[in-house]
Amino acid sequence: MTDGHGLEDKSHFRGVWVFLEGRAGHLRDVSTQLIGEGRRLADLRGTPLTGILPGKGVDALAEQAIGYGLDRVIVVDDPILEIYRSRPYAQVMAQLIRRHKPEIVLFGASKNGRDLGGRLHAILETGLAADCVKFDIDAEGNLDMIRPSFGGKSLAHILCKKHRPQMASVRRNVFVAPPHNPERRGEIVREVVELSPQDADATLLEFEEFTKEGGLRPEEADIVVSGGYGLADPKNFALLQELADRLGGAIAASRKAVDSGWVPKTLQVGQTGMTVRPKLYIAVGISGAVQHLAGMQEAEKILVINIDPKAPLFEIADYGIVGDLFEIVPELVRQLDALKGGDASDRRAVPAEAR
Amino acid sequence: MSPADSNARPLRILVCIKQVPKAQELQVDPVTQTLKRVGVPSEINPPDANALEIALTLKDRHAAEVVVLSMGPTSFDESLERAVAMGADRAVLLTDRILGGSDTVPTAYALSETIQKIGGYDLILTGEETTDASTGHVGPGIAGHLDLPQITYVSEVRIVDGTVRARRTAEDGTEWWQTAMPSLCTVNFGCNKPRSPTLTGKIRVKRGGVIAHWSCADVGIDPKKVGLLNSPTIVAKVDTIRLPPRAGHIFSGEPKETVRALLEALIRDRVIAP
Amino acid sequence: MERFDAIVVGAGPAGSAAALTLARKGFSTLLVERGRSPGVKGMFGGRIYSWALHDLLPDWAKDCPVERYVVHENMAFLAEDTALTISFDSPKLGEGRSASFTALRAKFDSWLAKKAQEAGAVLVTGIRVDGLWQEDGRIRGVLVAPNDRVAADVVVIAEGATSVLTRSAGLKADLEPREVSVGVKETIELPAEAIQERFGLGDKEGAAFVFAGQASLGLRGGGFLYTNQSTISLGLVVSSEDLAREKVEIQEVQTRFRMHPAVQRWIRGGKVTEYSAHLVPELGAGMMPRLWGDGVLVAGDAAGFLINNGYTFRGVDLAIASGIAAGEAVEAARAAGGPRAANLQVYEKFLRSRNVLPDLERFRRAPLYMKNERLFDVYPRMLLEIAERLYTVDGSGKERLADIVLREAGAAEVPKWKLLLDLLQGARSM
Ligand SMILES: Cc1cc2nc3c(=O)[nH]c(=O)nc-3n(C[C@H](O)[C@H](O)[C@H](O)COP(=O)(O)OP(=O)(O)OC[C@H]3O[C@@H](n4cnc5c(N)ncnc54)[C@H](O)[C@@H]3O)c2cc1C
Ligand SMILES: Cc1cc2nc3c(=O)[nH]c(=O)nc-3n(C[C@H](O)[C@H](O)[C@H](O)COP(=O)(O)OP(=O)(O)OC[C@H]3O[C@@H](n4cnc5c(N)ncnc54)[C@H](O)[C@@H]3O)c2cc1C
Ligand SMILES: Cc1cc2nc3c(=O)[nH]c(=O)nc-3n(C[C@H](O)[C@H](O)[C@H](O)COP(=O)(O)OP(=O)(O)OC[C@H]3O[C@@H](n4cnc5c(N)ncnc54)[C@H](O)[C@@H]3O)c2cc1C
Repeated sequence: MTDGHGLEDKSHFRGVWVFLEGRAGHLRDVSTQLIGEGRRLADLRGTPLTGILPGKGVDALAEQAIGYGLDRVIVVDDPILEIYRSRPYAQVMAQLIRRHKPEIVLFGASKNGRDLGGRLHAILETGLAADCVKFDIDAEGNLDMIRPSFGGKSLAHILCKKHRPQMASVRRNVFVAPPHNPERRGEIVREVVELSPQDADATLLEFEEFTKEGGLRPEEADIVVSGGYGLADPKNFALLQELADRLGGAIAASRKAVDSGWVPKTLQVGQTGMTVRPKLYIAVGISGAVQHLAGMQEAEKILVINIDPKAPLFEIADYGIVGDLFEIVPELVRQLDALKGGDASDRRAVPAEAR
Repeated sequence: MSPADSNARPLRILVCIKQVPKAQELQVDPVTQTLKRVGVPSEINPPDANALEIALTLKDRHAAEVVVLSMGPTSFDESLERAVAMGADRAVLLTDRILGGSDTVPTAYALSETIQKIGGYDLILTGEETTDASTGHVGPGIAGHLDLPQITYVSEVRIVDGTVRARRTAEDGTEWWQTAMPSLCTVNFGCNKPRSPTLTGKIRVKRGGVIAHWSCADVGIDPKKVGLLNSPTIVAKVDTIRLPPRAGHIFSGEPKETVRALLEALIRDRVIAP
Repeated sequence: MERFDAIVVGAGPAGSAAALTLARKGFSTLLVERGRSPGVKGMFGGRIYSWALHDLLPDWAKDCPVERYVVHENMAFLAEDTALTISFDSPKLGEGRSASFTALRAKFDSWLAKKAQEAGAVLVTGIRVDGLWQEDGRIRGVLVAPNDRVAADVVVIAEGATSVLTRSAGLKADLEPREVSVGVKETIELPAEAIQERFGLGDKEGAAFVFAGQASLGLRGGGFLYTNQSTISLGLVVSSEDLAREKVEIQEVQTRFRMHPAVQRWIRGGKVTEYSAHLVPELGAGMMPRLWGDGVLVAGDAAGFLINNGYTFRGVDLAIASGIAAGEAVEAARAAGGPRAANLQVYEKFLRSRNVLPDLERFRRAPLYMKNERLFDVYPRMLLEIAERLYTVDGSGKERLADIVLREAGAAEVPKWKLLLDLLQGARSM
C-alpha cells in the first residue's frame, strides 16, 4: 500500500498544491487561508498554484476557489466523494500526486485535513509536518515547515529533504485569507481516478450539527471571556455571560469545560480548538495547560482570574486577580455597572482603540 | 454474524500507547478545593488512556481480548504495566535501538508491522494525538499502511452486528460512522474517565509475563525503513518563542479592592474605556 | 480470579511481618498496601524497640535503615517556660535485644515490605482494600470493587488504627472518643553534625525525649522528640476527648509545644519539612477486641496493640510480634484442618509466647493511669516549682526538700493521701 520514494532526482516534482475543503457551497476559511499562503510559496518557487477539489458537483466551488488566487483547480468528480471519507479521498490524492508529482502539498489542519494527511503520508511514504504556522524556503530550495512544539513554547523547523512531495498541514486562523477576486481566471481540470463502491468503506449514519451560538464568535470579538473547569458547573457560565455582556465580549471555554459538556465544542480555545487573538482575553478558572495557551497566547492583553496563585496562566498574564471567581466575577460586574452609572444594558465598555 | 455475538472467537482489540512526559500539574481542584499535586515524570499519553478505556468498556460488554502495544525504550514498560493493571490482557513493546529518531512514517510502519505480527485483530485504537510531538499522524498512518477503514476523533465506539460504530467530533457537529471490522479509530482526549488500576490487574503485572519485548528482527521490520536516517522529515532546529513581555499586574486580597485596582489598571492602560 | 493462600491488608510493620512469616512458611501470600509505597501513608514518631525484629529477622541490623541507636534517654517536665529534665545515658542502651533505634517510617516500612517480598510474598501498592469478601459467614478474600476481588483462605487485617475492615468483619466495636488519642508529628531538618553536637551524640548515636506537663497544655498526653540522622521527629499524642472538651486543635498544641524554650533549644534553625496527624488507639489489654474469626485475623494497631504510658511509646515492636504470631497461627490452623475460627484461636497462644499479650497486660493499668489528669498537669507543675525553688539561690534561707514538696502539694490542692496513691499507682503501672 505504500510507495517509498527514495529520491535521487527531485526535479520532477514541481508545483504547489492545496487541498480544498468546501462546506455548503463555500470554501472553508482554512482553505482560503491556505490559498493565500500557497500563492506566496508558489511565487517564491516560480511554479503554479493548484487547488485539489475532490467532490460531487463542485464546479462552482472550483470557480470560486480560483478567485482567491489559484492558477488551476483539479476537480475529481465522483459520487463516492460527495462527503469526506478517508479511504477514497486518500486514494484520489495519492493517484493525483503520483500522476503530477507536485513539490509541495498543503492541507488545512482541520479534522478532515489531518485525517487525510496522516493516511496519505503513510501511503506515499513522504514527510508530513503537522499544524504549521509559518513557511520558508531554505537555501537548497526545501520547504521549511515551522510548527509550534511543546504546546507553543517553541517553534520546530521541519525539513523533508529527500522525499517529495513535501507535505504539511496548516493551522487555522494563522494565515490571512486573500481577498476574493471574481475576475480572476484559472484553469479547471477534470481528472478521473479509479474508485469502486468498496472504497466507500465507512458509512455516515448520522450527523448532528452543532447548534450555532447566536452571539458574537470568539474569533471575531475584541474581548473574549473564557471559562474553565474552575466554573465547576455549567450554570455558572451565566456569570461569564454577564461579564461578557458588560464588555461587549464573546464567551469561550477551555477544553475541560467543553468535555464536561458545559458549553458547545465550537467555543473551545486551544491546540485542538480555535486560535483567538482578541484585544483582551479574560481567562476565568482556567489553569493554563500548554494546549490551552496554544490558542490564546497571542492575545494582545491577558487577564487571569484564578484562585490558585501558582496557576501557570498567571505567568503570561498582563493582569490577574488571585481569588475566588465566584466573588471576583460578580464584583467585577458590579463595579463595571457602577462605572457606567448603573445602567449596564446599553452602555458597554468598548475597547479603547475602538473609540 | 458478529464475532462479539458468536462463540467462535473473542474480539481482539489493540490499543496503541505512547509514554509521554507528564505535564507538570499543580493546581486547585475546583470540586475539592485542594491542591492537586501530581509530580510523576511520565504517563500514558492522555488520549491513549481514553482509548484504552474505550477498549476496556467494550471488553466489559463483549468477549474481547485487549492488547496494548507501544514502540519505544524499555522505560515504556511503566505505562504498559499500568495498562495491564487497568485491565488490558497483555502488552507488546517494540523496542530496538534502530528505531530511534523515527518520524511518523516509520513509526506508523513499524507499529503496523507489529500489529500484523500480533494478528487476528478486529479493532485498533490510538489516541487523537500525543502531548509531546502532537502530530496526530500515527493513527491514520497505521490505517493507511494496513489499508483499513479509519474513523478519527471519536468519543464513543460500539460494536454492533460485527461492525464498528463510532461517534466522531468534526468541526461542525458530531457524526456517527459505521465500518466493517477490522478498522481503526483515533480517540479524543477527555471523552471518558480512564479507570484506575485494579488489584487483580496489579497482581497480574507482579506475576510477570504480561509484557512481551520484540525487536525489529522479531517482527520482521525492514531496518532500512526505520530510524532517524530513514525518516522523511527531520527537526532541523527548534527556536524558543519570545512571547511579548506581559505586564504581570497581579492583584490579591479583598475582592472589592482587587477588582477596583484591576479596573483602574485596565482603564489607565486603555484596555477598556472608562 | 486471582487467589492466594493468604492475603495481608496493610504493609505497615504488622502486615509486613505477617506476610514475611507466612511466605516463609510456604503460604502463597499477597500483601496489599493503599499507599504508593509502604510507609508513605503512615506517620511515625521515630523509635523502634528491636526485640521483635530480632525474632523476625535475626540479622536485621545488617541492612535495616536505622537512623540512630538511642543511647540517651530523657524525660522532661515542662511548665510555662521552665523545664526539668531527667537523663539516662548508657551505651548499653544501644545493644542486644533491648536496643532501640530511630527510623524514618517511609524507609523502614519499605525495607520490611521488601523482606516480605524477598521471602516470596507478592506486594501490591496503591490499592485500598475496600472490604472483606464474605460468604456464608466466612471470609473468602478481599474486595476492591464489585468486579475486582481476590480470593484467599485467610485474610490478616493489619490496617492500622483506623480499623475499618476490622469493624466490618464484626471483630470490634466502634471506637469511642475516649479510646483514641490524636498523634501529630513534624519532621525538622537539621544537619547531622548539628544534631550530634547539640545532643552530644556520636555518629550513629541517638537521643530520645518524652515531655510532660505544658507539652500537652496540661491535657492528657505528652510530647516526644527523637533524633534521626539529619532530621528530628517532634510530636505529641493528646487525648481526643480532652481536645474536644477544651476545644483546642492539636495543631495549636503542637505549635505551642514547638515554641517552648526547652524544645526550641534542640530544634533551633531547623526547617519543618513534614507534618502529619494520625489516630492512636488507646486500648489496654482490658479492651482487647476479638482478634479472629472464620478466615480472618487482626494484627498490630488494628488490634489495639499499643502501649503508651507517657514514658514509653511502643507500637511497632508489638505490631511486628503480632504479625509473627498471626503467621504462626495460620500455620497451626492449617495443620488443624484449616483457618476456621476455632482453629485460629491459637492466635492468642502465639500472642502470649511472642510477648504481645503479657506486655500489654503488664501495662494494662497505663491507660487508666493516663486518665489521671494530675499526672499531666498538677505534678509536672509541682515538680517545676520545686526545682525552681531548689535552684534559685537568692540569699534567703534554704528550705528542706520535704517541706517544699508538701507545701507545693498543698498549693496545688492535692490531698496528701491522693499524692501517695498516685505515686503508688504510677509505680505499679510502670
Ligand atoms: C491532545 C490534547 C489536546 C488538548 N487540547 C486542548 C485545547 O484545545 N484547549 C484546552 O483548553 N485544553 C486542551 N487540552 C486539555 C489541557 O491539557 C487541560 O487539561 C485543560 O486545558 C484544562 O482545562 P482547565 O484549565 O479549564 O481545567 P483545570 O486544569 O482543571 O483548571 C481549573 C482551574 O480553575 C481554578 N479554580 C478552581 N476553582 C476556582 C475558583 N473558585 N475560582 C477561581 N479559580 C478556580 C483552579 O485553580 C485551576 O487552575 C488538551 C489535552 C490533550 C491531551
Ligand atoms: C518538536 C517535534 C516536532 C515533530 N514534528 C513532526 C512532524 O511534523 N512530522 C513528523 O512526521 N514527525 C514529527 N516529529 C516526530 C514524532 O515525534 C515521532 O514521529 C513520533 O514517533 C510520533 O509522533 P507523535 O508523537 O506526534 O504521535 P501522534 O501521531 O500524535 O500519535 C497519535 C497516536 O498514535 C499512537 N502512537 C504514537 N506514537 C506511538 C508509539 N511510539 N507507540 C505506540 N503508539 C504510538 C498513540 O496512540 C498516539 O495517541 C516531531 C518530533 C518533535 C520532537
Ligand atoms: C504520633 C505517633 C507516634 C508514634 N511513635 C511511635 C514510636 O516512637 N515507637 C513505636 O513503636 N510506635 C510509635 N507509634 C505507633 C506506631 O506507629 C504504630 O503502633 C504502628 O505503626 C502499628 O503498625 P501497624 O502495622 O499495625 O499499622 P500501620 O503502621 O498503621 O500500618 C497500616 C498500613 O495499612 C495500610 N492500610 C490501611 N487500610 C488499608 C486498606 N483498606 N487497604 C490497604 N492498605 C491499608 C496503611 O496505609 C498502612 O500502611 C506512634 C504513632 C503515632 C501516631
